[in-house]
Amino acid sequence: MTAESKHPFTTVIGLEVHVQLQTQTKLFCGCVTTFGSPPNTQVCPTCLGLPGSLPVMNRRAFDLSLRAALALNCKIASFTKWDRKNYFYPDLPKGYQISQFDLPFSYEGYLEVVDPKGAFEPRTVRIIRVHLEEDAGKSMHDETAGTADSRIDLNRTGTPLCEIVTEPDLRSPEEARAWLNELKLLLVYLGVSDCNMQEGSLRVDANVNLHIPQPDGRLAKTPIVEIKNMNSFRSVERALVYETERQWGEWQDTGAEIGSMPKQTRGWDDSAGVTRGQRHKEESSDYRYFPDPDLVPVTVSEEQVAAVRSTMGEPPALLRKTLAERWDIPAYDADVLVNQGPELVEYFEDLAKKVGEGKVASNWMQQDVLRMLNERGGHIADFPVQPTAVADIIGRVKKGDFDTGRGKEIFAAVLETGKPVDEVVAGMGIAAVDEDDLQKLCEELIAENPKIVADVKGGKEQAAGGLIGQAKRKNPNVNPGKVRALALELIRALP
Amino acid sequence: MTLTTRSAAELATALQQGETTSVECTTAFLDRIEATNPTINAFLSIDRDGALAKAASVDAARAQGKSLGPLAGLPVAVKDVLCTTDQKTTCASKMLKTFEPPYDADVVRRLREADAVILGKTNMDEFAMGGSNENSAYGLVRNPWDTDRAPGGSSGGSAAAVAADMTPLAIGSDTGGSIRQPAGLCGITGLKPTYGRVSRRGLIAFSSSLDQIGPMARSAKECAMLLQTIAGHDSGDSTSINTPVPDYLTDLEKPLQGLRIGRVAAHFSEGLDPEVAEHVEQTFATYEAAGATIHEVELPHAAYGVPTYYLIAPSEASSNLARYDGAHYGHRWDGTPSDDQGINTFDSPLVEMYCRSRAEGFGPEVKRRIMLGTYALSAGYYDAYYAKALRVRRLIRNDFTQAFEKVDLIGGPVSATPAFKLGEKTDDPIAMYLVDLYTVGANLAGIGGISFPCGFTQSKLPIGFQLQGPALSEPLLLQAAHQYQQTTDWHLQRTTAISS
Repeated sequence: MTAESKHPFTTVIGLEVHVQLQTQTKLFCGCVTTFGSPPNTQVCPTCLGLPGSLPVMNRRAFDLSLRAALALNCKIASFTKWDRKNYFYPDLPKGYQISQFDLPFSYEGYLEVVDPKGAFEPRTVRIIRVHLEEDAGKSMHDETAGTADSRIDLNRTGTPLCEIVTEPDLRSPEEARAWLNELKLLLVYLGVSDCNMQEGSLRVDANVNLHIPQPDGRLAKTPIVEIKNMNSFRSVERALVYETERQWGEWQDTGAEIGSMPKQTRGWDDSAGVTRGQRHKEESSDYRYFPDPDLVPVTVSEEQVAAVRSTMGEPPALLRKTLAERWDIPAYDADVLVNQGPELVEYFEDLAKKVGEGKVASNWMQQDVLRMLNERGGHIADFPVQPTAVADIIGRVKKGDFDTGRGKEIFAAVLETGKPVDEVVAGMGIAAVDEDDLQKLCEELIAENPKIVADVKGGKEQAAGGLIGQAKRKNPNVNPGKVRALALELIRALP
Repeated sequence: MTLTTRSAAELATALQQGETTSVECTTAFLDRIEATNPTINAFLSIDRDGALAKAASVDAARAQGKSLGPLAGLPVAVKDVLCTTDQKTTCASKMLKTFEPPYDADVVRRLREADAVILGKTNMDEFAMGGSNENSAYGLVRNPWDTDRAPGGSSGGSAAAVAADMTPLAIGSDTGGSIRQPAGLCGITGLKPTYGRVSRRGLIAFSSSLDQIGPMARSAKECAMLLQTIAGHDSGDSTSINTPVPDYLTDLEKPLQGLRIGRVAAHFSEGLDPEVAEHVEQTFATYEAAGATIHEVELPHAAYGVPTYYLIAPSEASSNLARYDGAHYGHRWDGTPSDDQGINTFDSPLVEMYCRSRAEGFGPEVKRRIMLGTYALSAGYYDAYYAKALRVRRLIRNDFTQAFEKVDLIGGPVSATPAFKLGEKTDDPIAMYLVDLYTVGANLAGIGGISFPCGFTQSKLPIGFQLQGPALSEPLLLQAAHQYQQTTDWHLQRTTAISS
């Protein structure tokens, strides 16, 4: 259900995404960037903004941001500089943020998102610019026992942050969420960022308004609202759905159009499921940008760009294609696997190699490994059952030791107990059924089920299915396929 | 001859030859400081214990024949704009009254490695903003030649300390003339090196694109000794120049035969004190007599130097000083309602804390410049002020580039007048800003300049002469000043206006 389908308007969405780069050290000093350390333990005079301290650019952080920009098909500026964005806040110890104003290091890119189920048309979202800046610290407001203390943690201060600004090319909340997923996947695949929203390494603001065709052919546009404070992609989608409806309601009530009021910022309240207007500043902020005199401009040569490009991995869009071709699996399968991230793809390829057959491996990945992973939570890197064990189980199924259903039980037991496959198989009393035993069992079943025999004889072969359940009760190790085949053969041989 | 009237070069020789010890020498200067500082107020803090400990360790090392740094045992005073781990660093501001830096400025580190003895931290205009040293939160500095007069600024403490024999060597910083102008008014020698020649790391920023640290001493030779120690590349300062440091002492003794010195006619227009003009012209004559040639050159945009400077420097300062907000360190409003200083409604308790902390912590000149700079960078004004100032700055730089195609150095006055009376300009900020008239150009162009005494007025006030040279021309600037000082004795004259 999209808003578009219900109402006579187009939803117009642009995103502003901040992504923390996965560098060892901060952008302008040597402090480490590990998340979750005790407050104010990863700081130095420079990121504390102490008097007399000076920034020095971390070229590796810069190269990593180049990688992100190249992945987003951006042009790379040969000359870029640093600007100061001046504002007062306690988590900004210098009183300014080092950022990029008029000469971002990259611009004019795009990223396409395709929905494998075809819920929306493939959408190419243009990227206006990607620039690099330093992150601010964190304010922690302690509201316990009426103390209302605010505490500042400056560990994050100076962490490299890429700001990605899109054109308003998205047309529904659903698209916005899908595009963000694609962006996240891309940045994770390229090792640019872990994109962990809980840890704040990816933050999204959304700009949204409605374009409403008028009877006279004019296109009315509602005032643009910037939504902040969304903590997950799901929140982004929900907030946009809410805001679309709210704007439609407001349009019907007031008919207010863009330009009739200053741009509004609304905060998303996830538990209440609403956006709320944030306090208006009397005048729009004036950040008094100017070139940072403590830093020198950065030049980027063709060779440097080529060097960064040569170390880039395969972006997900390309990987989907190559994975499907390499393992002869449907595009849908490749999509599901790639969307789970690089470690899962690695797991799959390892499994497929050992099984020798992509589709079987893909089925097991989707039906068993992924299902268990989702049930258990956690990451594939920590998944206790290795591809070798899964391949072992699949191999035994293929050999006819037991059927797929049994194989799944074994997989679950291996996961549960942490025991090797052999041990689990033995513990479950699973043993290959001897051909003679199978013959004897089938003969017994035929003797005991004259009605089924008659039905089969009468042409209803599917009636033989009734024998399989009975066979499994007599001996849980029998292979249903084999039972079926042999039973049919014996029945046909009856006079 | 008492120890305190000897030059650093003489003291170095005496120390090496065992005629004196660093402890003896340091004690003499500390005693001199103790006696004269109550009058002059050149020092904000005096580190007697630290200095004597360092002196003793140098003496011990020398006695053991250990190798020592080039400034071993020599006393030096450091402007209180440079961070020191062992002494408070206040920038002469109430804002940083209790600030103890956790690190040494790169220049201080180099001084320590050169085995210099740091006597203390010198007074200055608050955050290096001023030309008279009357803007210090800890009291003005008096000119040792006439204690009713200003020593100039902002490195007025360092200049006065050298002039009053409280130290043979001092470190200053120069953003628009803050080394050269007080050197001129106090009758000492001061060098503003090329931008980037000396690391700014640990220098509390006033205007980052203009600030430069430099040596101050009685003579060019001592400035060369000190520059030798403090100059050099620092990977911790992105604007630091990464070219080898020459030996500044090698060329000092070379004659000036063939040196081309430029003279700018506009320097001698209305406003230049006749006595100053006379001695500056005599200095040109002295150079001619020494084999140099004098050539008329033009700096067509020089008249825009002061306005340009007073847009760029406050703009950068408004941003550089934003960090002093009371939140993390420095002065914080204690929360008690006080004079509302014209402000009484606030957006939030946080904003009130910011406003009141800054209102209390900064002096009037600092506030004036923060407001100027904030205005110049504001939306709607940026292009007309800051951006235009940057364009004029380029023109001023081009003027120098073109002039230096014709001449090796440009000579002229440092200041339009000798030392002015304390309080004379304090109510007239524009008049005060014009004291930088002859010096701001070098900062805007990023080039070097040296100021040294070239005579005295009839009332016995020093007059300074300035030489400016292209980027990295420090060896030539020092050589030219040294050669002048070989034939004159202005730099050797001592004040009698204060008694020890």
